[in-house]
This record gives sequence, structure tokens and C-alpha cells, in this order.
Amino acid sequence: MGTGDALVNNGETPMDLSFRDEDLAFQAEVREFIDKKLPQDVKERYDRGLHFSKEGQVQWQKALYYNGWIAPNWPVEYGGTGWSITQKFIFSQELGRASAPPPIPFGVSMVGPVIYTFGNQEQKDKFLPGILNSDDWWCQGYSEPGSGSDLASLQTKAVRDGDDYVVNGQKIWTSHAQHADWIFCLVRTDSNVKHQEGISFLLIDMKTPGITLKPIIGLDKEHTLNEVFFDDVRVPVANRIGEENKGWTYAKFLLGNERTSIARVAQSKRHVERLREIAKQERVNGGLLEDDRDFMRKLNLIEVDLMALEYTELRMLSMIEAGKKLSAEPSLLKIKGTEIQQRLTELLVESLGMYGAPYEALKKYEGRNEAPVGPDYAHGPMAEHLYLRAASIYGGSNEIQRNIISKMVLGL
Amino acid sequence: MDFELSEEQSLLKDSIDRFVLDHYSSEARIKLSETDLGFSRDHWKTMAELGWLGMPFSEEVGGFGGSPVETMIMMESMGKGLVLEPFFSTVILSGALVAEAGSPAQIEAIIPEVIEGNLMLAFGYAEAQSRFNLSDVETTATKSGDSYKINGHKAVVYHGGTADKIIVSARTSGNSRDEDGISLFIINNDAAGVDIQSYRTVDGQQAADIRLDNAEGELLGKEGKAFPIIEKVTDNAIGALCAEAVGAMAAANEITNEYLKTRKQFGVAIGKFQVLQHRMVDMYMEAEQSKSMSDMVAMKLALGYEVDTKKAVSATKAQIGKAAKFVGQQSVQLHGGMGMTDEYSIGHYFKRLSTIEMLFGNTDYHLNRYSNLS
Ligand SMILES: Cc1cc2nc3c(=O)[nH]c(=O)nc-3n(C[C@H](O)[C@H](O)[C@H](O)COP(=O)(O)OP(=O)(O)OC[C@H]3O[C@@H](n4cnc5c(N)ncnc54)[C@H](O)[C@@H]3O)c2cc1C
Repeated sequence: MGTGDALVNNGETPMDLSFRDEDLAFQAEVREFIDKKLPQDVKERYDRGLHFSKEGQVQWQKALYYNGWIAPNWPVEYGGTGWSITQKFIFSQELGRASAPPPIPFGVSMVGPVIYTFGNQEQKDKFLPGILNSDDWWCQGYSEPGSGSDLASLQTKAVRDGDDYVVNGQKIWTSHAQHADWIFCLVRTDSNVKHQEGISFLLIDMKTPGITLKPIIGLDKEHTLNEVFFDDVRVPVANRIGEENKGWTYAKFLLGNERTSIARVAQSKRHVERLREIAKQERVNGGLLEDDRDFMRKLNLIEVDLMALEYTELRMLSMIEAGKKLSAEPSLLKIKGTEIQQRLTELLVESLGMYGAPYEALKKYEGRNEAPVGPDYAHGPMAEHLYLRAASIYGGSNEIQRNIISKMVLGL
Repeated sequence: MDFELSEEQSLLKDSIDRFVLDHYSSEARIKLSETDLGFSRDHWKTMAELGWLGMPFSEEVGGFGGSPVETMIMMESMGKGLVLEPFFSTVILSGALVAEAGSPAQIEAIIPEVIEGNLMLAFGYAEAQSRFNLSDVETTATKSGDSYKINGHKAVVYHGGTADKIIVSARTSGNSRDEDGISLFIINNDAAGVDIQSYRTVDGQQAADIRLDNAEGELLGKEGKAFPIIEKVTDNAIGALCAEAVGAMAAANEITNEYLKTRKQFGVAIGKFQVLQHRMVDMYMEAEQSKSMSDMVAMKLALGYEVDTKKAVSATKAQIGKAAKFVGQQSVQLHGGMGMTDEYSIGHYFKRLSTIEMLFGNTDYHLNRYSNLS
């Protein structure tokens, strides 16, 4: 289970948590960059826990790109930074501290690594630049109405016809498909074998004739989810990643990355800080919420769990750095990370007292002439609390993650 | 000791269950909650015709003299459909304040109109600084001739935007958080100096922030002596709200249980997975424990109002707050992506159940109150 493995600092001083001078200099550089480049609207939305606007997000991602910082986890040859784990840690800490969102994951964290790991040269040349510079936005076409947890049972079919595949079927819960230029899709290319063995991984241009979108409005009254329908959609065979019928391997590789990125430790740390800020302002019984022992105990408990998660994540990064192979560790990060996010946003709503109840969709708020009701910090927590109920569902539900750990790690 | 319903009580329950079945399909409720009004005046009329709006009021004023047990039965059935009409705000909360505190003339002027369905009420008790403390009142009232001038800001007044008359608590003497010196006033929604900012709430209902700037108010009850009445009426209202949660939990569990039997993954109904079976069992047990507390507190409230009753109310609210969150959140979880859509019913149960946990004091608040009363 890896509990005996040390946190190694660049292999030089084992079991060392300290920052060196160059790390501190790097930290200052990151701070200054964020200070200069992070658009105010992007910062504010992320800090409040509201969904991004594409325009702002692109502006921010491009700033990261021009600085060479859009994809720290990629190999240097493809545009990565070559940072040590200390630097990666500092970078994500600083993003979280400043309420700077990480890049939307579908391109940089999900399909990008699949393309440079399993794609051919032509595909790398064609797709990686657009991912890095944010000109191409991606969405994830995995889930289907009948295939969620049991993803391998997916039914969307791709039939070979000359140099094309003809794709028919339906995806669902496709986040931000309305903003996407491309969708990476799992499709069935063989129905006569075990589920996992007949799946291929296709990159599909969203503008291809035969693709239609239908929005799904979420609990939070916002539109992030979609159904995507494919009706005789022609996709060049050249857009298939790797081998036909080997898509499941690439899909699982991607899921491992997705799960790790869902943990979002730095953002949760910022939420803890926000809760402390609110507790200094919310009044209760003539005092402040920060004097309320029950409330602060809950917050402290979460913070301790978050600290444990942070060091678990670092320990795992260190294992990767040391060339060790992970098994189900991403599942642990996913479960603990999302449970903490849910507890934090629930506590944020609780911190507002009665002002936890008012709620309107963002577009409604923005259409108002008057200020939203309640204190300024009341705008956001409920939206995020509602949306994050999905955190224990998406990226493979937490029940499924527990199944994975019990099988892969515990051998049960 | 008898937890069984009488024949009359069963009929009452059946008639509300029928109303919910006829008018509160999930689609109908979503549509209704998105209208400007947020509920249906036609339904309100129906409720008046069926005598529901008069249930808790005495027979002398045209009511049916129902006890908290009848209220529990009604609220539980309404909770199953997440009914949107302001029965709770108008009848259970504000109507009861008038009936408890009002002069014979005030009762005569207001209650029959409520029963007929002609008059809607709301109660503004919370303020920005008060959180759940009912005696933390900074809104002030000063006598001016026959009436009072009221100044202050009442926060998150459920149905405050649709009520014809708003009852508010205001301080006529004492310092903030003194129980003594709090009075109740009736304010007309269109009176000068009344600024009502309406908005939607997460549970599909509506509330308002009400700013009072020298607004004219009519004293309800004795000056400075309203706190015990407010406490008693809100404790009864908490009992009613808990019953609503019990109904909502029963419905959420039923929907989720059915989903576990029909949704298939890995070639079997997901209800075959033991971890989901146990989760569902825990949800069922929380709902049963909550139902027991809700029945108990209704019967206690029917017996009178002692310290022991207050303790029972807080114990019930604490149990039901905990259960409501668990059942609401897990219902969404067990539905997977389906649970996250606004179009499907389960998320609406989750949202209302979460709100009920907070209203009139969250779980921690009531655990503390319970402990302070012990
Ligand atoms: C907000 C949001 C965004 C999403 N974004 C995307 C996206 O961009 N692209 C994409 O492809 N998908 C996306 N998804 C889909 C997501 O991956 C699926 O919802 C998820 O895999 C669960 O599938 P399901 O919804 O079909 O639920 P189901 O698989 O039907 O699960 C229902 C319940 O059963 C449980 N369950 C199922 N099988 C087992 C088992 N074997 N053991 C124990 N419990 C089990 C689940 O944990 C869950 O509680 C998103 C979902 C949400 C909610």
C-alpha cells in the first residue's frame, strides 16, 4: 500500500519538507504572475464557486500558455514545464491561494496526455497546439444513458466505411459540450467480443453534420450538462487514437488522470480560508460565528482531513517522481477530495444562516438591477454546494472508487 | 398511548394525499414553482373549500379546532408532494400568532378571512444579525398616536412578497436579545415605508427581505410581552415543518427505492449491490426514526406547552435535521447523474429537505437548545 515510502525531495535530502531559496524565488514569481495576469472576473467567479465564463477562462488560460505554464504535468518535449514536485506543489498552492482556476481539464488534463502517449505524430501535430493555446475546447463523450458506472457497456456505434467511421448513438452528461470544438468519444467498434475489447477512442469535430446537442439543466438551475446525439456522423479513421478496439486502455489511462485532478486540494484550502473570513463577519448571539464552538469544530475537522489529503497527494506525487507505480491511489484522492469539497460547501451554506436559502440562477441574478440579497459573500456558496453534489458521482462515483480500492489494493 | 389515526384523521390524510396525487406531479410542481407567483391561487381556493385552511383554528371563529396532530397529518402529506401553497406561512405560523396573541377584534377581522382563503400572511422574525435566535430583535417600534412606527430590516421572510399582511417582531423596549420588550405588529404589504424585495429560494419557494422605514404597524397582543407567544407558535410550527420533512423523506425514499430496482448497470439492477442496499436501509431507518419523533412531538404539543415540550421540539428538529440531510443527499447520490437534473423530482426533495434542516434553527442550534433546557 506504499505506507512505508518516504516523501523524497528530488532524491537529495530524503524526508525533507523544506523549501530551498530557488523554490521561494519561484513562489514569488508565480505570485507576481497571477497578480498581473488573472482577470478579475475569473478570480471572482472561482472564488465564489460559480461556473466559469468561456471568454474569461480562455483569456486566463492563454496567459498561462504564453508563460509556458499551461501544462506543468506534460513532458517537456510536448510543452510541459519540467518542474520538480516542489515546484508543482508551489504552483497549485499559489493558484488556490489567489482563487485562480486551473485550466478546464478536458483538453490539458484529459485528452492531451492520451494524444501524446498513444497518438501518432500527425495527431500530436494537429491537436496538441490547440489544446495548449486554448484555441480548441474539448468535451468528454464517455457516459451514455445506459452506461454510467458500467461504462464499458457503451452502445454508441462506429462502423467503418472507407476512410471514415459512421457514428450513431447518444452521449449524456457531457459537461460544457456547448462550448466545445471537439469531443473525445468512446465508441463501440466490435459488438461480438467482451465489452472492454470492442471499444475505440475517437476524436470528433463538433461541427460535423449529424451532431446535435440538447441542454440539461442542473439542480443549480445552470446549464453545464448536455445530451449529444450522433446521427450518421462521419469521422475520419485518422481521428482514431491508437488501435481499433483498444480504446478501453486509453480510456482508463485518462480516468486515472481525471480522478487525480478532481481532488482540488488547493481550492479546498481557499474554501477553508473563506469560511474563516465569513466566520469573522457573520453574527450570532451578539458575537461572531468564529466564537461558535460547534461551527469552528466542524471547520477544524475538515481542515485536518484536508491536511491529511494534501500530504497523501504529495506522497503519491513523490512516488511517481521516484518511478514507482501507483495502483488505486487516484481513487483515494478522488473520494477524499470530493467528500471534503462537499463538506466545505455545505458548511459555507450553513455559515450564511437564513441567507443560505435565497437562490436564483446566475443569469437571473445578473439580470437584476438591485444587489443580490444578503451579504456579498452569500452569493456563490449555494450554487457550488448544489453542483458539487455531483462530485461524488462524476469521474466514476465514489462507490465505484471504493470498489476499485477494495479490489486493487486490498485484494477483496 | 395510541399512534393510530382515527377514522376522521384518516379521511383528512386521504384527502390531502389525493390532492397531491392530482396536482403535484413532479412536472406540475416544477412548472408552478417557476411561475411569478410561485404557487396556485386555484389550489389555495381548493384548500379553503376543503376546509384545510381552517383546520387548526377554533370553532368559534369558523375553524375545525384541529390539534397539532391534525397539523402533523396535513403537513406530512403535503411534504410528500412538496406542496408550494403558503399553508405553513399563512395558517400554521402567522395565523397561529393572530389566534394566540390577537384581540377578539383582530381575530375576528383576520382569521375568518384566512379560513376563506381571502387573506395570506407571512411572519418576519429573522434579521441579518439574529441567525436563529428569536429574541435577537433590533427592529424597533415606537408608539405614535394609535399605532406604531416600525423601523428595521426583516430577513428571508418566507412568502413575504405574496402576503397581504405581514406580521413582524419588533422591539418596543430592552436591549437586543432581551426576551422582554419584544412586540408583534401587523403591517399591510402596501403601507408606506414598506419595501419588499422578493426572490426565489433554493427549495422552489419564495421569500422576501422587508425593509421598514417608519412603516405603520398595528400592535398584536401585549406590548413587550410577545416573546413567549412567538416561542410557542414557532415551536408548534417546527413540529409542523418536521412533519413536512417526514413526508418528503418518505417520498424521496420511495422514489429512490424504486430507482434501485429499475436502474440497471453491470447487467443487474443497482439495488443488487450490497453497499447500495445498506445505504437504502440507513435511509429507511432515518426516516422511520424521524416519523416516530414527529408523531411524538405532535402528540406532546397537543397536550400543552411545558419545558418538556420545548425539549421534545428541539430533539425532534435535531433528529429530523440530521435525517433530512442524509436522506436528501443520498437520494441524489443513488440516482447518479439523474439525481443532478432539475427536470427530475429527486433533486427537489433534496433541496427542500436541506432547507428544512436550516429553517428555525439547524441541527446544532437545536442540540444546544435541547442541552440548555435539560
Ligand atoms: C455534473 C456531472 C458532470 C459530468 N460530466 C461528464 C462528462 O463531461 N462526460 C462524461 O462522459 N460523463 C460525465 N458525467 C457522467 C458521470 O461520469 C456519470 O454520471 C457517472 O459515471 C455515474 O453514472 P450514472 O449517472 O449512469 O449512474 P449509475 O451508474 O446508474 O449509478 C447510480 C448509482 O448506483 C451506484 N452504483 C452503480 N454501480 C455500482 C456498483 N457496481 N457498486 C456500487 N454502487 C454502484 C452509483 O455509485 C450511483 O450511486 C457527469 C456527471 C455529472 C453528474
